[in-house]
Amino acid sequence: MFWWRRKKSKQKAKERLQLVLAYDRARLAPGKMEELKRDLLSVLSRYFPADAEQVEIEFEQRGERVVLVADIPFAND
Amino acid sequence: MQARAIVVTSGKGGVGKTTTTANIGAALAAEGEKVAVIDVDVGLRNLDVVMGLESRVVFDLIDVLEGRCKMRQALIRDKRIENLYLLPASQTKDKQSLDPKIFRAVVKHLLEDEGFDRILIDSPAGIERGFQTAAAPAEGALVVVNPEVSSVRDADRIIGLLEAGGVEENKLIVNRIRPQMVKRGDMLSVDDIEEILGLGLIGIVPEDEGILVSTNVGEPVVLRKERSQAAQEFKNIAKRIRGENVPFPNLEEEGGFLASLRRIFGGR
Repeated sequence: MFWWRRKKSKQKAKERLQLVLAYDRARLAPGKMEELKRDLLSVLSRYFPADAEQVEIEFEQRGERVVLVADIPFAND
Repeated sequence: MQARAIVVTSGKGGVGKTTTTANIGAALAAEGEKVAVIDVDVGLRNLDVVMGLESRVVFDLIDVLEGRCKMRQALIRDKRIENLYLLPASQTKDKQSLDPKIFRAVVKHLLEDEGFDRILIDSPAGIERGFQTAAAPAEGALVVVNPEVSSVRDADRIIGLLEAGGVEENKLIVNRIRPQMVKRGDMLSVDDIEEILGLGLIGIVPEDEGILVSTNVGEPVVLRKERSQAAQEFKNIAKRIRGENVPFPNLEEEGGFLASLRRIFGGR
């Protein structure tokens, strides 16, 4: 009767699977995200000054769906 | 299922493809279909021992493909049940001769000229040539998956490859599920797997010691007298393939005395 103390391992399994499959299905090695980040930045910088150092791009579990989340702060200067 | 040529596949090895092929093949034959099960795992032949027909292998799939024997010489008739035939894989010969085009012609010949109703193709693990050949003649697939992350991941990959290759009627079999672990929250449930893979379910087979016993003696569990949950579900899958609407097993309900105590006092 200890199992409610920890997060159920199946929940963990499900979350990990959904994330890894998001990469698999996109045929995207996690390392490829750096490239995506660079390309995205070069497009965005044509429209507004983005802080390249602070940009974060990742897949994220949102309820039932896996979404690509880009966090792109404005440059301060 | 409309598909008459069905590949049994999984990506990952050791999830129960061969056992599934043997049992569903036997169960379909018991339903009156003329069935051929074909082992495409060249070099690692196994369907023959699982079915208990290993001593009767003379010719094999490669002999047929290379024209060394007639189809009827290579097909082994299962004497325990009418209308069930095995086409064994080669244990030694070069698998380069496993040509998808020729294999497609072999399956077509069985369906159109030899009067078979259904062909079950036991695919090798992996996503390479052996799998590609096994899937070439298939119109549908039974994707066998264990409730475990690496198996689900590989199944997802296989489903993508099947669809890309034009194999369209694909169904999911969740094999080796352990209801107690699911209940406890330590195993992916059937719903989880269905949701992740987005594939229609056609069978839920519980972990069952009877499977190992049946493999030991070389008799598919659906042909044995002992009661077995896995056997029952393999029979149900055969019925569902034939279009019957058979309800899925309610795994919540089994578990006996302890489970009922837990239901009463557990407040679930």
